[in-house]
Amino acid sequence: MEHYDQARYGPAGEDTNEPLLSEKDQTTVEVDSSLPDDLTRDEVELPSPEEPELARHYVRLSQQNYGVDSGPYPLGSCTMKYNPRFTEEAAALPDAAVHPDRSEDSLQGTLELLGDLQDYLGRIGGMDAVTLQPPAGAAGEFTGILVAEAYHEANDEGHRDEVIVPDAAHGTNFASAALGGYDVVEIPSGDDGRVDLEALEAALGENTAALMLTNPNTLGLFERDIETIAEMVHDAGGLLYYDGANLNALLGRARPGDMGFDIMHFNVHKTFATPHGGGGPGAGPVGVTDELADFLPDPHVREGDAGDYELYTPEHSVGKVHGFQGNWPVLVKAFAYIDRLGDDGLADASAKAVLNANYLAEQLDYEIPLGPFHHEFVASAGDQDAADVAKRMLDYGVHPPTTKWPELVDEALMTEPTEVETKDNLDDLADAFNAVAAEDDETLESAPNRTTARRIDQTTAARNPRLSWHDLE
Amino acid sequence: MSGSPYASHSEGDTEAMLEAVGVDRVEELFDVPESVRFEGEFGIDAKSEQAALRETKRRLAANDDLTEFLGRGHYEHYVPSLVDSVSQRSEFITSYTQYQPEVTQGFLQVLFEYQSLLVELTGLGVANCSMYDEATALAEAALLAKRVRAADGDRVLVPEYVRDSHVSVLENYTGGSEVTVERYATEAGNVDVDALEAAMAEDVVMVYAENPTTLGTVEEQLHAVGDLADSHDALFCLGSDPVAMSILQRPADVGADVVVGDASVLGMPTSYGTGLGVFATREEFLRQVPGRLVGASEDDSGTRAFTLTLQTREQHIRKERATSNICTNQAWVALRAAIHAAWLGADGLVDLAERMVELPRDLAASLDDVRGVTAPIHDDRHHVREFQARTDQPAPAVADDLEAEGFAVHAVDDHTLQVCVTDANEHAADEFVAAVREVSE
Repeated sequence: MEHYDQARYGPAGEDTNEPLLSEKDQTTVEVDSSLPDDLTRDEVELPSPEEPELARHYVRLSQQNYGVDSGPYPLGSCTMKYNPRFTEEAAALPDAAVHPDRSEDSLQGTLELLGDLQDYLGRIGGMDAVTLQPPAGAAGEFTGILVAEAYHEANDEGHRDEVIVPDAAHGTNFASAALGGYDVVEIPSGDDGRVDLEALEAALGENTAALMLTNPNTLGLFERDIETIAEMVHDAGGLLYYDGANLNALLGRARPGDMGFDIMHFNVHKTFATPHGGGGPGAGPVGVTDELADFLPDPHVREGDAGDYELYTPEHSVGKVHGFQGNWPVLVKAFAYIDRLGDDGLADASAKAVLNANYLAEQLDYEIPLGPFHHEFVASAGDQDAADVAKRMLDYGVHPPTTKWPELVDEALMTEPTEVETKDNLDDLADAFNAVAAEDDETLESAPNRTTARRIDQTTAARNPRLSWHDLE
Repeated sequence: MSGSPYASHSEGDTEAMLEAVGVDRVEELFDVPESVRFEGEFGIDAKSEQAALRETKRRLAANDDLTEFLGRGHYEHYVPSLVDSVSQRSEFITSYTQYQPEVTQGFLQVLFEYQSLLVELTGLGVANCSMYDEATALAEAALLAKRVRAADGDRVLVPEYVRDSHVSVLENYTGGSEVTVERYATEAGNVDVDALEAAMAEDVVMVYAENPTTLGTVEEQLHAVGDLADSHDALFCLGSDPVAMSILQRPADVGADVVVGDASVLGMPTSYGTGLGVFATREEFLRQVPGRLVGASEDDSGTRAFTLTLQTREQHIRKERATSNICTNQAWVALRAAIHAAWLGADGLVDLAERMVELPRDLAASLDDVRGVTAPIHDDRHHVREFQARTDQPAPAVADDLEAEGFAVHAVDDHTLQVCVTDANEHAADEFVAAVREVSE
């Protein structure tokens, strides 16, 4: 199986990598401005290659990069599904290239699209109001925390200073709550990998502001006690926050709003197929119940009586979480994707995502201790080192799963094939897993061998940080 | 059509998979209690690609076709075609964060080159590979200042000219750390040094200033701000952008400890405020930097290779003790900015910046000739891209009238317009002046 072979531009072992731009050219320009000398700098030194050389530079670099279009990308919790190309065309429409300070009258198209996306997301999540301003999932979490804080303060409950987070949650949950000034109370998961109700009961109290929960959780397991959990949190006076990272498992089957969640964020690059772009941009829309709608960020979009669209400041708005209105082109792509798939397509995406994860799991030699899982599962590499397993999988031409997390499973291989892989692809992927499972430690430790770079020395990178070409001179 | 067009399983395959899993129907795989099952509909009709694209086009077509003379933190320069063509390559745009560096060397190198560009322009030792935008970068700078300052303190000072939206973001991000944000006075479009000095005290952790300012003026008091911050053991955070920085005073030379700003002035068209947060700082604060950093290392064969580094600062490892909650950032926008900067080269970048000084000078002079308009208001100052103009008539009415003529400008208060001119709209400058004359006289 050779989906992807990142050959170097010469024999292995020779330094045939693409040089840095700074190694191709460095041009020093003395600044000769019409501004007074004391307001300007002396010079700038930057690479200044001509366009043909630049085009080759970036094309060569792209050939040293693995994307969803290169092959399977079963990175657990990241939902690396195919990114339909037509949404790129939608986001690049000339009518979409507008300045954020334009008058509402002159931007009815943009506002209508945003209003419709708010509406779509509200229906999909079972939420009453949705803000599109948070520029990524973690920013959405932080927005949710701000909303929760403002809500408690408005109810004279500002003393609530704790946010409860299960140990298997995404690291951003802890960090977002801390950024909001909350003490994070971590609760251990039960033996079945789900929320331990006794631990939750012990953690809940008069200082509880919220519980942040992912459902299905990071092990792919649905929190079956969700209604009890919601009741417990609400009885304690807290709010229930839904981390939308795993929403791709539930489209059309269950909605956070119906489960009792008060606040949720959507990860549009996961659920709604906007490209992750090597790290971003994303968008992290936040949905809330009616009771919390007045606290959403400023401004919010609504349809006026005359059928026109307007921006307004919600009555008790938390203010801004982005300098402008978030990552607009990403929102256009998400809208176009949802609009294309519709009810049937979205429900089918979840069905196939869950079927694919279950089918792939069935083919693996690695043990999967916990289930039943949905769109992702966490296998254990057992006696092997999960990080080494990942490096070795690269040699088989596929992207490996997320490794060593969640820590509930020893040497975790957190695997999410998404709905886009065919049975043949999944069989190939399983072959890669199983081939690695049968190999010895020495083979794994010396991997990868067929990639652009061999195993990279992380220790030196951190101990002797070289973070720009100036540090390499 | 039924089902997802991007999850094509033949009927035979689906059956074989169900059989392998041991269920008759895929619905059996959903371990969702009956009581919370969703039995309703979203009410969204599936569409062909053609129809979905048409629906998006139809909505956006309702936007008026205006020539924008808008800035105040979001700017447009011509974006070369190479940027679109290269950044749209699947290998780049469909990749994830570089958690497996051995197969993502290409993106890592581009981000390393992006960091290098900012290190050169700021003169500071470290730049990360992006925050969301200038406002969130400013907020992260304040949090860094709070962490690294030796003595206790809780005040952050920002100049009056900063956008309210940025201050709101700053307040939200710092609210959990008991930081208070205060504005200090400005004078004639620049920092009022006396007012800043009066506001300074030992409890100030950071002072912010911009160059150019949100008003479009070149800030002439940077040395004074840097000195004041330094003498009070506060950090000096400077807001700028990579085009302006290529000719204005080098941030390191005026004592800046942190540089924030929006680098989406390169690589992006106007995009309703989509940003690319610059975050650069001194090397001594390296381990307190928020967000991702790309570093150079070596692989097993002794070849230079790049990797995300110092990840123990980040949320996926350090959780509630991370330097920031940021995970997804603006990497692809950084890639676009890096390509644009390389396409311009040193000469092109400096030339572009110099034009951004000349264009507002010329346009302000033309508007100043219009009866009922005085431009620029800050006539002792130099400008970059934009300036403010006083109108005898109410500015909101002038802006409305201009919109009817096909132009968008900011009305910033009762008798003040703000006008932004770059290479993207200068071709329409004469018509714009004529329209202003038409509606003002």
